[in-house]
Amino acid sequence: MSQQAHPTRLSAAFRRVDPPVAIAFGCIVAMLLLGSLYSRSFLSPEYLLQQLKVASFLGVIATGMMIVILLGQIDLSVPWVVAVGGMMSTAATGWGPVGQTMAIPFGIACGVVLGLVNGVGVAYLRIPSMIITLAVNAVAQGLMVVHTGGFSPQDSSSPAMRTLATGDLLLGLPNALLVWAAVGAGAIFLLNRTTFGRAVYGIGNRERAAYLSGIDTQRTVLIAFALAGGLSAFGGVLLAGYASKAAQGMGEAYLLPAIAAVVLGGASILGGRGSYLGTIAGVILITLLQSILSVVQMPEAGRQIIYGVVIIAMLLLYGREGRAR
Amino acid sequence: MSDWRYKLSENRATLLAFVFFIVMFGIYSSNHPAGFNANVVQTAANKGVLLALVAMAQTFVVVTAGIDLSVGMVFVLANCLASWIVVGSPATAALGVIGVLACGLICGAINGMIVIYGRLQPIVTTIASGAVFFGIALLLRPVPGGDVYGPLADALTGRLFGAIPASLVALLAVIVVVWIPYRRSAIGRAAYAVGSSEPAAFMSGVPVQGAKFCAYLLSGLIASVAGLFLTFVTYSGEASSANGGSYTLFSIAAVVLGGVSLFGGSGSAIGAVFGALMFRTIGDLLFVFNLDPLWQPLFQGVVLLAAVCVGSARLFQVRNRLELFG
Repeated sequence: MSQQAHPTRLSAAFRRVDPPVAIAFGCIVAMLLLGSLYSRSFLSPEYLLQQLKVASFLGVIATGMMIVILLGQIDLSVPWVVAVGGMMSTAATGWGPVGQTMAIPFGIACGVVLGLVNGVGVAYLRIPSMIITLAVNAVAQGLMVVHTGGFSPQDSSSPAMRTLATGDLLLGLPNALLVWAAVGAGAIFLLNRTTFGRAVYGIGNRERAAYLSGIDTQRTVLIAFALAGGLSAFGGVLLAGYASKAAQGMGEAYLLPAIAAVVLGGASILGGRGSYLGTIAGVILITLLQSILSVVQMPEAGRQIIYGVVIIAMLLLYGREGRAR
Repeated sequence: MSDWRYKLSENRATLLAFVFFIVMFGIYSSNHPAGFNANVVQTAANKGVLLALVAMAQTFVVVTAGIDLSVGMVFVLANCLASWIVVGSPATAALGVIGVLACGLICGAINGMIVIYGRLQPIVTTIASGAVFFGIALLLRPVPGGDVYGPLADALTGRLFGAIPASLVALLAVIVVVWIPYRRSAIGRAAYAVGSSEPAAFMSGVPVQGAKFCAYLLSGLIASVAGLFLTFVTYSGEASSANGGSYTLFSIAAVVLGGVSLFGGSGSAIGAVFGALMFRTIGDLLFVFNLDPLWQPLFQGVVLLAAVCVGSARLFQVRNRLELFG
């Protein structure tokens, strides 16, 4: 790389940052500054690291959601796939030493299977993703209700899961954050540097055109949904490790934030447009918003209202569709 | 194609939903331990009508190729509001009913304004507005409680002439007063045109924005009717997010079972109503066969999964793979 090329590359990098991503990061900074007026501790490293740790659960789940949204589809099966991940991994822990070592892969594998069902429905049976993922969510819920007998399971998570979710092995950074960083790096590589990633963006823009240009669109959609299922379940495994057990409604609180995070990060819900950097910004933004509202002891009602209003306001700021004609 | 044949093929999905519902309800009531009597029908009707109304609300928006994920929350909000204001004397209760319906209209108008003038996608908009509506419901009823004007509630959830469930009559009235005139009006036709192809509708001079706005408005209105009805059934208001969420999801399931296309432009609210009644009957079938209630969610899920897979049978008719990507 010659010296002269360097400044142009830098400015190109700046130009490549979407305005939505820049605005989202700007909002994060503004929110932290506003919070610091309320309490100094908002800018302390401990608070920020704690927030990033909490954000990483949402981050892992939102990664899967983002891949699906880039296709122009949506995954509404997140709530119970997360619960399946948590419950199956804790159940495996109860099966003795072999189960304990296999707990994490087993939980993820269950999510992948559910994701594959979603993918077959969308890619091969051409069922609208909103419907098939809803149905799979219902089936997953049914399976878990039968499995647990309607109560929260008594099994607790394995030591490995707990270490992954709550420990800090490296430089005082929370392990959960490192996990999210690894997942995120994988997603960035997958979306930007592989034919699979190109195919995802292509299908999101126009599936017909992607098919005609020789992409096996059905296989790509299948893999994307399997990935999303696996990542949702992985989020569930981490959450079970964090709380040291799984619970019935553990995934309910993650569906809407995951969609909101992806969309706030500038990805189009119609597919084909969006960057992982934006999703990172969206995830941190949502987590900070929730945290600040709980720190100032806003009652649940006010939290819901502000949460909804902020999402709509931010989207009105930069998420609008162009005029159709 | 002769006229009746065209009408038959146009309404095939609605008819199918109707037939399936009759068959399932037949199985349900003939196996019910108490037999087929007015009480069984009344209980089933009161439960079914709630979902039928919410599904009808969903239909208005789905026909325009949008989706309203806030119907369940409008339903809960109307329930909480009604438990405050539909009380006291007949006059205040009547005013209260008008207030609740106005609240539904406002919710629908907010959704419509944001989608049309804000140019945001309906999915995201209604998710976010749903959170706001739920927040307001929670402000109204932090804990479950409240009351409702008794005589009206008893009249609407009881029986007419000792046999016909009043709730079914009310549902019929809503269909006759709201859906049928809407379907036959210019704005209703415009909604179908917008759902089929928005650019084509625009080019033909169809009032695209008016049709969409009207759809969201009516969706909010009917969802608030459902919320009102919930108050009559339960005699109280409760801001339950689980309730709101499940009614939203079930309304989508009911709409699909009722033959309304999620891509817009086809189907009818009457189909969605039968879809909703069918969905409720499926859930209840397990009870009459004395199976463990634990299996109910799984059974409901598997039936839903099977039903949506049946819809893909049309793939066998596809001659050109490109048709798949429509």
